Amino acid sequence: MGMAKETQFHVLAVDDSLIDRKLIERLLKTSSYQVTTVDSGSKALEFLGLIEEDHRNPSSNSPSVSSDHHQVVEVNLIITDYCMPGMTGYDLLKKIKESSSLKDIPVVIMSSENVPSRINRCLEEGAEEFFLKPVQLSDVNRLKPHLLRGKSIEKQPEPKPQQQQQQLHLQQQTQQPNNKRKAMEEALSPERQRPRYSGLTVI
Amino acid sequence: MNVEQLKSRFKGHYDFMVAEKFLDEQFSQLQQLQDESTPDFAFEVVSLFFEDCQKIFHDLDRALEQPMVDFKTVDNNVHTLKGSSSSIGAARVTHVCIAFRSFCDEHNLEGCLRSMQELKRETALVKNQFEILFKLEQQLLAAGGSITLPVKPSPQSNDHPWFM
Repeated sequence: MGMAKETQFHVLAVDDSLIDRKLIERLLKTSSYQVTTVDSGSKALEFLGLIEEDHRNPSSNSPSVSSDHHQVVEVNLIITDYCMPGMTGYDLLKKIKESSSLKDIPVVIMSSENVPSRINRCLEEGAEEFFLKPVQLSDVNRLKPHLLRGKSIEKQPEPKPQQQQQQLHLQQQTQQPNNKRKAMEEALSPERQRPRYSGLTVI
Repeated sequence: MNVEQLKSRFKGHYDFMVAEKFLDEQFSQLQQLQDESTPDFAFEVVSLFFEDCQKIFHDLDRALEQPMVDFKTVDNNVHTLKGSSSSIGAARVTHVCIAFRSFCDEHNLEGCLRSMQELKRETALVKNQFEILFKLEQQLLAAGGSITLPVKPSPQSNDHPWFM
C-alpha cells in the first residue's frame, strides 16, 4: 500500500455523464493513475470527507465522515465536469478552495463549451487547467506537473499566498493557448497542433 | 477471407465513416484506450451512447409535445446528447445537437421539431454504420488481426464548423 502510494497518483473524477466517466476513467488508468469516479459534486465532497451543512440529514448529528478525518483515501487531483445538475464543477471548485484541508488539491475543470469567461472564472478561482471535452490523452499528459506540485505542497509548510497568486497568474498566461486549444487550432495557431494525431500509424 | 482482406475492409469502412463525417478522430481515441483488460471499451461506450439516446429521445418527444414547451428542459437534454455524441466521435449527431440548441435558444418550436427528426435520423444512420464497423472489427479480431486506426489529421476534421 505504501509502495502504491509512492508510485500511483489517485485522481478523483467527477462527471454526471456515465459515458464521460467511463472515458475519463480509462484515460487516467491508461496513464497509470488510480481513479475514483463519482457522478456529482456532492458525492465528491462526501468522498473527500467534506460534508455540507445543508446536505446533512437534520436528524443525524454525526455525518458518516467528519471533516476532521478528511481524505480517508488520499486524493492527489480532482478533475471535474463544469456543467452538472445541482452543484456545478465551479461550485465544487470553490468549496474545495475554501476548505482548509482540501485547498491544496489541484483541481482541473472539463467542459464541452469553449466559453472564455467561464474558463477565466475557473482559473481565477484556483483551477489548474481547463480541458475542453472530449478530453484526450494529450490533455491527460498535462496533469503530471500539477500532480507533482500538489505532492510537494503537501510536504512543504504553507505556501505564501502571494507567491501562489503569482504562479497562477503566470499559468493563466502561459496556458491560455492550450486552454482554448480548439478555437486556437481553427483560428490562429497551426504550429500548436495537438500531438494526438502523431502517434497513430497503420499496422 | 484472410487477415489482410479483413483489415482492409475494416479500414475501408472506417474511412468511409470519417469521410461522411459520421465519425471524427475522437473515435480513434476510444480505440486507443482499449487494451487486454478492456478489449471492448469502444463498443461498450458506443452502446451506452445508443442506450442514452433512447431515453433522451423519449424525454425530448414528451417535452416537445407539451402545450407549453419548456425549452430549458429540451435544451438540457440536447446538451447531454451533444456531450455524449462528441465523446464517441459521432460528429453528425453532435452537429445536429448544436443546431437544435440554437433553436431552443430562440424558442423556435418548428426548428426544434425539425431538429428532433434529424436527430433521430442521424442517430439511426450512425448506429447502422457502427454496427457494420464493429462486425468487421470482430471478424478481424477473430481471424487474429489487430486494429490501429489510421487516423491522420484529415483536412475535413480540422475545419468542422461545429467544433468551437
